Amino acid sequence: MDFLNALVAFLNYVFVPGVAYGSQLALGALGVTLVYGILRFSNFAHGDTMAMGAMATVLMTWLFQGWGISLGPLPTALLALPFGIAFAIGLLLFTDRAVYKFYRVKKAKPVILVIVSLGITFIYNGVTRFIIGADDQNFFDGERFIISAREFKAATGLAEGLSFRTTQGITVVTAVIVVIVLFWFLNKTRAGKSMRAYSDNEDLALLSGINPERVVMITWIIVATLATIAGVLYGLDKSFKPFTYFQLLLPIFASAIVGGLGNPVGAIAGGFVIAFSEVTITYAWKKILVYLMPENLEPSGLVQLLSTDYKFAVSFVILLIVLLFKPTGLFKGQSV
Amino acid sequence: MSDAYGDRGNKDASITNPKGMGSAIPQHSGQSHAAPGGPFLIGDGMTAGYGNGPDILHDCTIAVDQGEIAVIVGPNGAGKSTGMKAVFGMLDMRKGHVRLDGEDITDLSPQDRVAKGMGFVPQTSNIFTSMTVEENLEMGAFIRTDDFSDTMAQVYDLFPILKEKRLQAAGELSGGQRQQVAVGRALMTQPKVLMLDEPTAGVSPIVMDELFDRIIVVARTGIPILMVEQNARQALEIADKGYVLVQGANAYTGTGKELLADPEVRKSFLGG
Repeated sequence: MDFLNALVAFLNYVFVPGVAYGSQLALGALGVTLVYGILRFSNFAHGDTMAMGAMATVLMTWLFQGWGISLGPLPTALLALPFGIAFAIGLLLFTDRAVYKFYRVKKAKPVILVIVSLGITFIYNGVTRFIIGADDQNFFDGERFIISAREFKAATGLAEGLSFRTTQGITVVTAVIVVIVLFWFLNKTRAGKSMRAYSDNEDLALLSGINPERVVMITWIIVATLATIAGVLYGLDKSFKPFTYFQLLLPIFASAIVGGLGNPVGAIAGGFVIAFSEVTITYAWKKILVYLMPENLEPSGLVQLLSTDYKFAVSFVILLIVLLFKPTGLFKGQSV
Repeated sequence: MSDAYGDRGNKDASITNPKGMGSAIPQHSGQSHAAPGGPFLIGDGMTAGYGNGPDILHDCTIAVDQGEIAVIVGPNGAGKSTGMKAVFGMLDMRKGHVRLDGEDITDLSPQDRVAKGMGFVPQTSNIFTSMTVEENLEMGAFIRTDDFSDTMAQVYDLFPILKEKRLQAAGELSGGQRQQVAVGRALMTQPKVLMLDEPTAGVSPIVMDELFDRIIVVARTGIPILMVEQNARQALEIADKGYVLVQGANAYTGTGKELLADPEVRKSFLGG
């Protein structure tokens, strides 16, 4: 029995990665939930918007690295992030003007826009791969660890090490800041309130003098910002590969729906629920159990409930279970 | 399958959001031009219908003058609400004109009519349910760029219960309180004329009396009120002017008292 080592192993392999991944999912799900609430359709192009924004950031990072500009211990990508966001905003506003607006003017039902967004997904996906290639791209630089496993072991004398990567730290800090700013915006500013009003009751918002085109524009700007930040954080933490963003769409939608579609608080909660279920179910618990159990009861197998290949299946099982018992999601969202 | 942009029977709320969707309110807006004379607000000889559908109103005239309460009554399906919506620009006008304060506003969109000083309280979905009472009032004042705290204080004076519940979500209030929020929201623009579409629909008789009292108070502040009412007798009692519509056309017109006294009107619409 070694409780302390078990705890450290748990933090190292389950908790810290789960929090980082959960923050990334939460940021992604916030974007999805905003489009759902205000433009009233599920934006399948969100994953590839993340890829596009992250791609622009990667290219800028390389440019800065080429010029020898860096942020010291922090990754240069943070410096390139505003440029990536600007690119994504431009891209989404252009897409809206060129594509979505056509359908909005025709009062097309949301289901049409869902399919339209699917078409946009494929275009974004193709363009991303055309520009940067389909392979893994590394754009991380700077200090790798805030706490490395070896330092931790040396400092505490424990057998287990706890490593806390810079990217994980940045992910969590950025996510907290972004969420605070977003909620302040939605609840305290005139523009944010007009977005909520438009989401609540479109006709009445119109009769109150709220300009729908303006609401839609602000929404796309926020969504582009959230998507780029989420995409870059994910890329820094894992690696940038266009196709993974398309796959990320699945857990992101699961997060938004589990939390309650159209509800920003739900999107965040959903992100962490999905992230932690993925991590806990695909993690091999043997190491932690060995510390916790008497010697003769130690498990002989890996105690891994599912192979990591099935991690996307996990999000959907969770989704199913939540919807069976709470059709509106964990927080009061739209009934599905 | 005639509608290329329809929803094709989709009911899946995980991909589309049915909540709060707008109906097709015309966005395009023409010009208004001066047309002096006549009552303060008048829908004159209106023939109108929805989209490409048949005419619902036939040469229907509705007017309200300064300091008056005008009430539109009539049997179910008579086109009462439709007449109101036509005055507000939510229908396709085929014939006739709408004039407000010496201006012809027939070609304006509803949004622009709000900016011109018309306050409209729809019959249903007339509040932002997920927002607090105070936020509802703030949204009502969205087009105003000046300080609207005075107006908000006036609304709170008029409806004291709203002040008590100002931080509560409007959707959690009772039916009567929600109607007060709806009227309060419309008053926030400081409208020149207030249009109410069945303000007492679905509230208890006691609450109904209270709402009527409030409406009279609003009218005494000098705002003309045009109102559609299901409770014909009570509405006509407070009305300076009454319009009885039948099948989209004016059947009887007169002061509230005249209509209440008219044996034809009594027999047909007021139950003897």
